[in-house]
Amino acid sequence: MDSLALLGFGDTGWGDEMLRAALVTILVSLSAMAIGLVVSVFATMSKLSSSRFIRSIGNTYTTVVRGIPELLVIYLLYFGANNAIMGVAKKLFGYNQYIELPVFLIAAIAVGIISGAYSTEVIRGAFLAVPKGQIEASKSVGMNKFLIFRRILIPQVLRYALPGLGNVWQLTLKDTALIMVTGVVEIMRQAHVAAGSTYSPFIFYITAALLYLVLTSASSKALNSAESWANKGVRRA
Amino acid sequence: MNKALEINHLKKSFGDLEVLKGISLNAEKGDVICIIGSSGSGKSTLLRCINLLDIPDSGEVWVNGELVNMTKNKAGNYYPQDQNQVDRIRTKLAMVFQSFNLWSHMTVIQNVVEAPIHVQKIDKNKANKLGLELLAKVGITEKADQYPSSLSGGQQQRVAIARALAIQPDILLFDEPTSSLDPELVGEVLKVMQSLAEEGRTMIVVTHEMGFAKEVASKVIFLHNGLIEEQGTPDELFNAPKSERLKRFLESNLEI
Repeated sequence: MDSLALLGFGDTGWGDEMLRAALVTILVSLSAMAIGLVVSVFATMSKLSSSRFIRSIGNTYTTVVRGIPELLVIYLLYFGANNAIMGVAKKLFGYNQYIELPVFLIAAIAVGIISGAYSTEVIRGAFLAVPKGQIEASKSVGMNKFLIFRRILIPQVLRYALPGLGNVWQLTLKDTALIMVTGVVEIMRQAHVAAGSTYSPFIFYITAALLYLVLTSASSKALNSAESWANKGVRRA
Repeated sequence: MNKALEINHLKKSFGDLEVLKGISLNAEKGDVICIIGSSGSGKSTLLRCINLLDIPDSGEVWVNGELVNMTKNKAGNYYPQDQNQVDRIRTKLAMVFQSFNLWSHMTVIQNVVEAPIHVQKIDKNKANKLGLELLAKVGITEKADQYPSSLSGGQQQRVAIARALAIQPDILLFDEPTSSLDPELVGEVLKVMQSLAEEGRTMIVVTHEMGFAKEVASKVIFLHNGLIEEQGTPDELFNAPKSERLKRFLESNLEI
């Protein structure tokens, strides 16, 4: 079979499978990024807290997750989550059978936790970049905390954080390749399977590379326009 | 009638450093009080304690006859009892900062109407009309739709004054409003401030501009090491200073 036929659609070609896998990659990335952003907002608040105890929670999270290999985080969560659920089921309901959580969910949470650790640092930096004087000016005209947060902090934090979050997005997108170990059929897993069953690894891995490139360059285009929208009023040095 | 502002025995320390050692002052409606003194004398801290950007350690602040309620927490530190009261009183005390502190993600007109619309819930059209009038007053209407970053320092400070006026405060606080401006831009800001004084507005001005204090102030206060060393009319302080320290301060400032 020549390479074009290998990538064809239908029963014999792998083209439709590869495209479906790309869709899974996109879905896992989006879910992971969303989970990561929610986690990072809480982690940022924790790291900027005045209480030492609360600060240490956020610091432990970012230190541990950024300090161990990403693959290890995925393994720990993959095996840990199932064990934990089974333990709880046994204790509370006396349920003794094997339980397996949906792999997609575990994968998205695992990559989300990784991505969240990096987003936390980006968002924390963005918060600290808002000039203190602007906050004082807001107080001086009688704005309450909530109003300051919504009208003054959030728009500026978004502006400062966008370039860094764009970077995290690219990393997250690529980190989803690691979840092939959990059996989720995303680009990397599909390429691996196709390569094994056709004995033409190169053609599938190069296809995978091209798919990743399409995804990353499309998203960096979108991020660029988001940045220029958010940077209204900023003087370029 | 209530005094516009009354401060009793205000004290404030930062760590071991006692910045304000017990300051009392009164402002009647229409007073322009200039606070002078060398750096480190506590001028800015005094101003910041008035609208509670810094929380005093003890003492009273009365605005229009209303006492800012303070209480002590477990550690024995003073703090405002009711944050809503603080927010409300702050709309009566507008502040103009040394470094302008305009919100950089908003245009000039958005900066001016932000508090009227979102804090005071004034109708948008009304607020915009008021905003444009104020921009005209400070002579900067043509920049209404630009962002602060494209304005000169003097223009930014005039916008900041318009923003302060927009909440229709009873008292204007100026914290060294011309100290971070290039010399050639100082005049335009002082001119705006002088016209405000002539309108009969109550103003507390921390300044190094002795000419302004001499000409515009109804009362001048000389602060030294956290205490009021001397106070009186501009004529008394500038032409017949009593304390040695004030004499020396004036000599060194007039030389410049």
